[in-house]
Amino acid sequence: MKRSKMMEFGVGLFVLAGILGMVFLGLRVSGISLGVPQDTFTLQANFANIGGLKSGSRVAMAGVTIGRVSDVALDTEWLDARVTMELDEDLEGKISRDSTASILTSGLLGEQYVGLSVGGDPEMLEEGDTIRDTQQALVLEQLIQQFVSNMTSD
Amino acid sequence: MIRPIASLGRGTLEALSALGRASMFLAQSAVGIPSREGWHLWLRQMHFIGVMSLAIVLVSGLFIGMVLGLQGYTILVGFGAEDALGQMVALSLLRELAPVVAALLFAGRAGSALTAEIGLMKATEQLTSMEMIGIDPLRRIVAPRLWAGFISMPLLTVGFSVVGIWGGYLVGVQWLGVFDGSYWSNMQSSVAFVDDILNGMLKSVVFGLVVTWIAVFQGYDLIPTSEGISRATTRTVVYSSLAVLGLDFVLTALMFGELG
Repeated sequence: MKRSKMMEFGVGLFVLAGILGMVFLGLRVSGISLGVPQDTFTLQANFANIGGLKSGSRVAMAGVTIGRVSDVALDTEWLDARVTMELDEDLEGKISRDSTASILTSGLLGEQYVGLSVGGDPEMLEEGDTIRDTQQALVLEQLIQQFVSNMTSD
Repeated sequence: MIRPIASLGRGTLEALSALGRASMFLAQSAVGIPSREGWHLWLRQMHFIGVMSLAIVLVSGLFIGMVLGLQGYTILVGFGAEDALGQMVALSLLRELAPVVAALLFAGRAGSALTAEIGLMKATEQLTSMEMIGIDPLRRIVAPRLWAGFISMPLLTVGFSVVGIWGGYLVGVQWLGVFDGSYWSNMQSSVAFVDDILNGMLKSVVFGLVVTWIAVFQGYDLIPTSEGISRATTRTVVYSSLAVLGLDFVLTALMFGELG
């Protein structure tokens, strides 16, 4: 009887360790948050070229992550990329209408993200608005091409 | 002229009938879900198959994580990208190494023991005696072992991943000096819970089923002599290793390739 109890304890511990390990993998390794999904507000922006930006990429202001890209699609009217972003709700009504959205790269080989820099317009962006002033992603081939054509024209 | 063709035919028929026997065997014994009265049988097997395999799986996981940290660092530092170490260690462990290596160790540690145990029961006619007194050996002997293996494997894989990631952290961050924050944050931004972690777990569930199935079937189906037992034990390890590696490729192509 005592041996059976020890065995039950061992198996219970084993299963418990497995569940705790799964929780660790979920929280610490993949970084999902257990809390209620935060309220967000949505902004959109059209870019001529988004490079390697994808749904899930981060949106940062002054280097601080303030949201995620929720959708990337081709705008069939203008034939450019329409990026939908979900930002922290606290920022609703605090981002001015003439803010700039640009696609930046973290480090030389890092992931691409959207950087927002605030303008000075007293009118603020509301839920679902579109940022007009955008800068497309830097594409290395285009830069090299420009550089080469500048070199040859000199 | 006729003889080689006939032997090819015989070989095919034998292989097919073994496959058929194995499938019937799985279907009949998987029905024996651990019930109230079968609880202690299942518990004993969980202890033997799962808990006792924990030590070897965790130690291997630690060393594999440490080697990944060391090798990854020396390669990545050449590109100035040693911050991506966490990402590399975590993804290679979660997607491939943890399910596959844990399953191979499991086949060697628990699979061979299962075959030998059931094989000896058959050789000493314990299984036949059980049938004589009206106990279904598939339910009494095989089902608890099958279910225990099936449940233990994902748990062992989780342990392997966790310890491996910690091993990579020990070597990369504590010893070689990768920045602590970038180890975890790069990992978090690149590992997706469903795509990477759950797919890895799904792999380990499949491997757990296949390895235990092969092990108990080889034990149940062997020729009841001492030579038969030794052959069946070898076959268990060989077949389950090959099955795990082959299935791993198929599952990877389905999960992470553009096929899926």
